[in-house]
Amino acid sequence: MRKIVVDGREIEVPGEYTLLQACEEAGAEIPRFCYHDRLSIAGNCRMCLVEVKGGPPKPTASCAMNVKDMRPGPNGEPPEVFTKSPMVKKAREGVMEFLLINHPLDCPICDQGGECDLQDQAMAYGVDSSRFEENKRAVEDKYIGPLVKTVMTRCIHCTRCVRFTTEVAGVSELGLTGRGEDAEITTYLESAMSSELQGNVVDLCPVGALTSRPYAFNARPWELTKTEGIDVMDAVGSAIRVDTRGREVMRIMPRTNEAVNEEWISDKTRFIWDGLRTQRLDRPYVKRDGKLTAAAWQEAFQTVADKVKAAGGERVGAIAGDLASVEDMFALKALMTSIGSNHLDCRQDGAQLDPALGRSTYIFNSTIEGIEDADAILMIGANPRHEASVLNTRILKRFRAAGIPIGFIGEQIDQTYPVTYLGAGTDTLAEMASGKGAFFETLKNADKPMIIVGEGAVAREDGQAVLSAAARVATSVGAVGDEWNGFNLLANAASRVGGLDIGFTPQNGGLSAGGIQEAAGKGDLDVVFLLGADEMDMDAFGNAFVVYIGTHGDRGAHRADVILPGAAYTEKPGTYVNLEGRVQLAPRAAFPPGDAREDWAIFRALSGHTGEALPFDSFNELRAALYEAYPHLLGVEQIERGAAAEEISRLAAVGGDLQGSAFVSSVSDFYLTNPIARASAVMAECSQLARSRALEAAE
Amino acid sequence: MSVRRLHHEQPESFEFTPENLEWAKKVIERYPEGRQASAVIPILWRAQEQNEGWLTEPAIRVVADLLDMPKIRVLEVATFYTMFQLQPVGKKAHIQVCGTTPCQLRGAEGLIRVCKSKIAEKAHELSEDGNFSWEEVECLGACSNAPMVQIFKDTYEDLTEETLSKLIDDIAAGREVTPGPQTDRRFAAPEGGPTTLTEIDDDTVGGDPAPQIVDGSDKASREFAGEHINKGGKGYTGVPHPAQEGVDAFNEAFAKEQKAKLAEQGEG
Repeated sequence: MRKIVVDGREIEVPGEYTLLQACEEAGAEIPRFCYHDRLSIAGNCRMCLVEVKGGPPKPTASCAMNVKDMRPGPNGEPPEVFTKSPMVKKAREGVMEFLLINHPLDCPICDQGGECDLQDQAMAYGVDSSRFEENKRAVEDKYIGPLVKTVMTRCIHCTRCVRFTTEVAGVSELGLTGRGEDAEITTYLESAMSSELQGNVVDLCPVGALTSRPYAFNARPWELTKTEGIDVMDAVGSAIRVDTRGREVMRIMPRTNEAVNEEWISDKTRFIWDGLRTQRLDRPYVKRDGKLTAAAWQEAFQTVADKVKAAGGERVGAIAGDLASVEDMFALKALMTSIGSNHLDCRQDGAQLDPALGRSTYIFNSTIEGIEDADAILMIGANPRHEASVLNTRILKRFRAAGIPIGFIGEQIDQTYPVTYLGAGTDTLAEMASGKGAFFETLKNADKPMIIVGEGAVAREDGQAVLSAAARVATSVGAVGDEWNGFNLLANAASRVGGLDIGFTPQNGGLSAGGIQEAAGKGDLDVVFLLGADEMDMDAFGNAFVVYIGTHGDRGAHRADVILPGAAYTEKPGTYVNLEGRVQLAPRAAFPPGDAREDWAIFRALSGHTGEALPFDSFNELRAALYEAYPHLLGVEQIERGAAAEEISRLAAVGGDLQGSAFVSSVSDFYLTNPIARASAVMAECSQLARSRALEAAE
Repeated sequence: MSVRRLHHEQPESFEFTPENLEWAKKVIERYPEGRQASAVIPILWRAQEQNEGWLTEPAIRVVADLLDMPKIRVLEVATFYTMFQLQPVGKKAHIQVCGTTPCQLRGAEGLIRVCKSKIAEKAHELSEDGNFSWEEVECLGACSNAPMVQIFKDTYEDLTEETLSKLIDDIAAGREVTPGPQTDRRFAAPEGGPTTLTEIDDDTVGGDPAPQIVDGSDKASREFAGEHINKGGKGYTGVPHPAQEGVDAFNEAFAKEQKAKLAEQGEG
């Protein structure tokens, strides 16, 4: 720790702090454009100039100087920094005048207006006029993809976007070409960016040069209502802010959650909102003469109730989809129990995850923050880049910091960092599990080894054997201990861990998702409830009566005999448990369209028709019942850990035969993994681009 | 200076000649594993020399692949340094006229007039026969011999409008020209011979620049006047290791010194 005096106030900060950080620590505000906490230091905007006593007689860029490099006074006094002196004021005014020389005065038509760093700082630190009388420069706009719109004349060359794509997203696509006044930000030959995190450059851009293309000219920041929510596009549970105007979601922005997403979100999370408006189910439908026709709620409920009563509990099944909240699944489970059915499952992909083995067998035990401590990683059938993009940035971050060895078993997909490719499937895993191979030694020698099992690797017939083999690797390399738990399952759906937590799985020997499908196909099941479950083969349900409770006219709705319109994740309060097992709460940001209702209320109302009404009349009563049954859900932002070592060694002992086939990633198209995404035109365009890129690469 | 963009017409492909590729690999070897990108400037330069003096888009791609670099990073370098020519230059000679203050005071504007009338009205434009192009550049460090021009690796100094005109004519006709001062000066010595220290015999190592035929960048990269002066210097295929040579020399000297010291102590 070093002592430093900022504006006469003495503070103690670590020596490796930059002056900018030290000044902030002391409560002084330092304007900046190019500096960003999570990116490397460029030092090219010069906005953060401060005066340093005993230094050169000119202002110093505070972002690029360390506290430990400061010279003490002649008698060993701590070094002094001034952030409010006349020199600093003049320097800031000068820098601002230079920045504004070529910046257009188009704030009234600029999408950044109202949340623009340049605008704000020009007001705070600039002067009222410019002495520049020559022509301003103009820069041609570049095409860099369907998500990010460019107005390049506004660019002030901070290079945050360049550093982000290179350092965080891991794809070097943006660059600064030319020099001096002619410098321009562009991609190579104006090709579209390929990163699934590119939307973050919109947030990073301190001016209006890079803005959101789908959101262009749609709204002003001050007319939006901001609600802090949780993302459900993947199992990471990124913290988001849902901006609404009236009933419509206008955009989705990231919030900072150091433990989960830092401040990044994936493009699917950010640009999904146009999917929330299209293809919506806004009233109940009942199939009559082979055709879905609009119906009243009571009619739809009665139709369902008649079918359920006719079938009897044993011939009814329920499958929960990827986006369901814990409350929804809890209500559906309660309904199924009251009907008398044991056939329920929240693993529509057929993942062989067994909550009976304990919670640590299906969560990401190391935690996302823990990735930054890992010193060797083995991935088994995982594709974090597409299954959990934001989590992948942590792995890249760790790799860039320490160059840790990363072994990879499964489909070869560019993960943005170099991996040691070990093999394609179970043969390699079996070899590892028996303690053979060079990478096994690497893991064994590591202090904090991590094993990441993808859901694609367990969503197969021998899934449990794969998981068990992975657990054997974990226990034999010493990845599971009191201090460190390196056994991780990379869930790929927001509802997965929550569903397993509340036991939305076959009860008393009931059927699993695959079993329900099979039985329905054979005619052994009469009624199937699909709670937003669309990622299944809908033809396999045979002649069963399918009740679809969901938001979008997607695969499930097309197959359904009755559609009960539900609320999307932004339209209902809900609890989500992310892949780490972290409990997170999301409030309602907007209202469901038309006659659609919150899903729990649908089940509550339906229960009145099928039999005895469920014992909760309000959402709060539902939550009370939920918390009583599963008290760990009360620990918001916390992770409940069981006896991890015991559970994982029990899993390792399960064993089972491996099939000897290659692992396949559970995400085949990153942009189209759920019904909301499939309804989004923006996602469709991205998906098409990604596919054509893949084709080109294959050629 | 203006916005530098890749030329609107680009060839289909670019390929290093086997000897250039071998040389490039030697240059890459100078840097530690994972730091191949450090070789980007010399390799781009060699690509430019090979391709009639300008850099093409396929060449940038080839260099990026060779160095395992993202293409945009190579493009950044190529557009940053103005001595990388992004459009075709004269097949025989690209004349870089220094226009910085000392040269300007000594008549660089006249040289530019000559270029405009003999080559093309605008900088970077090709002459009608495609053999010449010119541009104005910043200081090339030969201020004592102002005004001057640079053609590929050689400089032609102490020019007048007449001598530059003759120089261009000679190159066009395929006649030999001699780099260095175009007057009777030797290097930067006074005109008409030394005026001081005349009693000292001049035993400068090396010779005067040799006459040569200027015919395009590829030829210039192989033989240029500098090689004649620095006899024993690194040739076209050689890769200089200045740092390593320096380190070796230092280590040798240091070891000798240590040995001498030990011997002294032993005696004492």
